[in-house]
Amino acid sequence: MIVLEKRPQPSQAWSMATPAVAVLATMVFGGVLFAALGKNPIEAIQTIFWEPLFGEHASYYRPQLLIKGAPLVLIAIGLSLGFKAGIWNIGAEGQYIMGAIVGAGVGLAFYPLEAWYIFPLMIMGGALGGWFWAMIPALLKVKFGTNEILVSLMLVYVAEQLLASMSLGLLKNPQGYGFPGSRNLQSYDSAHNAELFAGTGMHWGVVAALIAVIFAYVLLNRHMLGFHIRLTGEAPRAAKFAGVHPSRLILFCLGTSGMLAGLAGLFEVAGPAGQITIDFNVGYGFTAIIVAFLGRLHPVGILLAGGVMALTYIGGDIAQSKLGLPASAIQVFQGMLLFFLLALDLLTNYRIRAARKEVA
Amino acid sequence: MDLSAINPVLLIASLMVAATPILLAAIGELVVEKAGVLNLGVEGMMIVGAISGFAISVETGSPWLGFLAAAIGGAVLSLLFVLLTQVALANQVASGLALTLFGLGFSSLMGQGYVGVKPPQMDKLNIPVLTDLPVIGPILFGHDPVLYLGIALTAAVWAMLKYTRMGLVLRAVGENHDAAHALGYKVVRIRIMAIMFGGACAGLGGAYISLIRVPQWTEGMTAGVGWIALALVVFASWKPWRALLGAYLFGGVTVVQLNLQAAGVAIPVEYLAMSPYLITILVLVILSADKSRAPASLGRIFHATH
Repeated sequence: MIVLEKRPQPSQAWSMATPAVAVLATMVFGGVLFAALGKNPIEAIQTIFWEPLFGEHASYYRPQLLIKGAPLVLIAIGLSLGFKAGIWNIGAEGQYIMGAIVGAGVGLAFYPLEAWYIFPLMIMGGALGGWFWAMIPALLKVKFGTNEILVSLMLVYVAEQLLASMSLGLLKNPQGYGFPGSRNLQSYDSAHNAELFAGTGMHWGVVAALIAVIFAYVLLNRHMLGFHIRLTGEAPRAAKFAGVHPSRLILFCLGTSGMLAGLAGLFEVAGPAGQITIDFNVGYGFTAIIVAFLGRLHPVGILLAGGVMALTYIGGDIAQSKLGLPASAIQVFQGMLLFFLLALDLLTNYRIRAARKEVA
Repeated sequence: MDLSAINPVLLIASLMVAATPILLAAIGELVVEKAGVLNLGVEGMMIVGAISGFAISVETGSPWLGFLAAAIGGAVLSLLFVLLTQVALANQVASGLALTLFGLGFSSLMGQGYVGVKPPQMDKLNIPVLTDLPVIGPILFGHDPVLYLGIALTAAVWAMLKYTRMGLVLRAVGENHDAAHALGYKVVRIRIMAIMFGGACAGLGGAYISLIRVPQWTEGMTAGVGWIALALVVFASWKPWRALLGAYLFGGVTVVQLNLQAAGVAIPVEYLAMSPYLITILVLVILSADKSRAPASLGRIFHATH
């Protein structure tokens, strides 16, 4: 018989090791999945994890790593603050959409004026859009005790409908020959989130993601509010005695994560995506949940995890075109990763022991 | 705009059809939550049920086998949740999310060859005199059998929770798992059964969408119904009959909204399509004041030390 023995303190070593072990386990089981789909598993795994970094066309794919990683890291940093305190914002996808709609709306309102202040205003618009969308579940939770998980998720579907309405109506390109979708911000200089250094993939969203990582690190390690966040998650009763205001924490965590998700949406719509379209959102808000856990809710961990997840996106695209691996196989692969992470967390908090036979 | 084109009898009949997937999933989740487990993977189990049911009924030509496969598919997926939360003692919120993310990907992987295929139809109930009655006939006696199964399941769960020993034990486990454990009940085993029942129900609900309500397969076709079912359990204060009432309310909103779209009301389609989600939020806000009905051990991890 095997028994679990709770560790007096979570194991530091396992806490660091689980993400790596989980990635390895996912590679093994992912390989089995790819083999079941009739692909060579070793080739598939190599295509996903090796090709984008060191393969033949790596110089093309490496910038993509920043482009795909930045929104994931930006959103996941925000989510991790709430997750640490037991506040579950799972509607980041909706906040991402709202950030993009408001931000792009601000930019398009100025069209065709060229001025330096348009892009900063758009950034503010994006942040506000996401913040506002996240404040709905936050305020409802604080005022009425409504479950933030369900409300934030319902608002994703509402945001998707709004996105459709915007790209067919209010924000539709008047010179678009009736096709849905807004004007392309890439060809509007003042609103374009262009690459800062040509060919690197480095845009303002990447800068924002790095700032967010530093901000979160300082907040959690050097600031009272960060301490309260950690305390609430680890010892809710102690937090009460320490005078933590739960409602202030809810407003802060949901507001910040909404704002960061909104920013991610704005940088995406003004840069890589270029325009508001019906299928503008591609699930970064949900994948960021995996990124947050893969990074163990730690800012630096999230930065690394964002890179790994970006890799699976890019590698998945390559595997799709080169090996004919279905796009959904990568989605399954990413879901598997979260499974292994959660399951292996057992080793952080418990010790597995062989039980001694007890004589009754 | 022509509202007179909306036929109230057909409206009620289609309302019942729209409500059934939500009802099936919600009844399953209600049992799970009564046992003290919060499984946020309903959406994932539904969509896996939707494709398993669809694939099997297309392959075998039998919708009945399809529904059976859907129940099994949902239950098997819920076993992953069991592994995470009951064996590996992982956080239930995160594990439920994992289940949904995984289920959505897995279903679209399985469903690749089934886009655009028409599934075999399930015969509707046809009782010679009763079904032909005006008004009452189409509303009460003209549906597919699974719709009646949903109502029967509601009654069965209600009776089980209220009158049987099994129901009492289930509630004890959900209210205070430590006390139930001390009394000698197998907390983990009971919870595993409840979770699998919830998975099977969600699977049935998903298959109802892909086989009867729509009927065809498209990726992500459950479109949040699983999440609405979760909200419905809160709405119902963990009572089966109120879940039925709630499901009909949501079904009603969906159907009226679709009818208004068809009738060409001046409100844009997108805003009408938002309404079920907005109403879910509204209902949650109204009902969230009273939390006293929630099972006391809901979402808490149980680890037997002795």
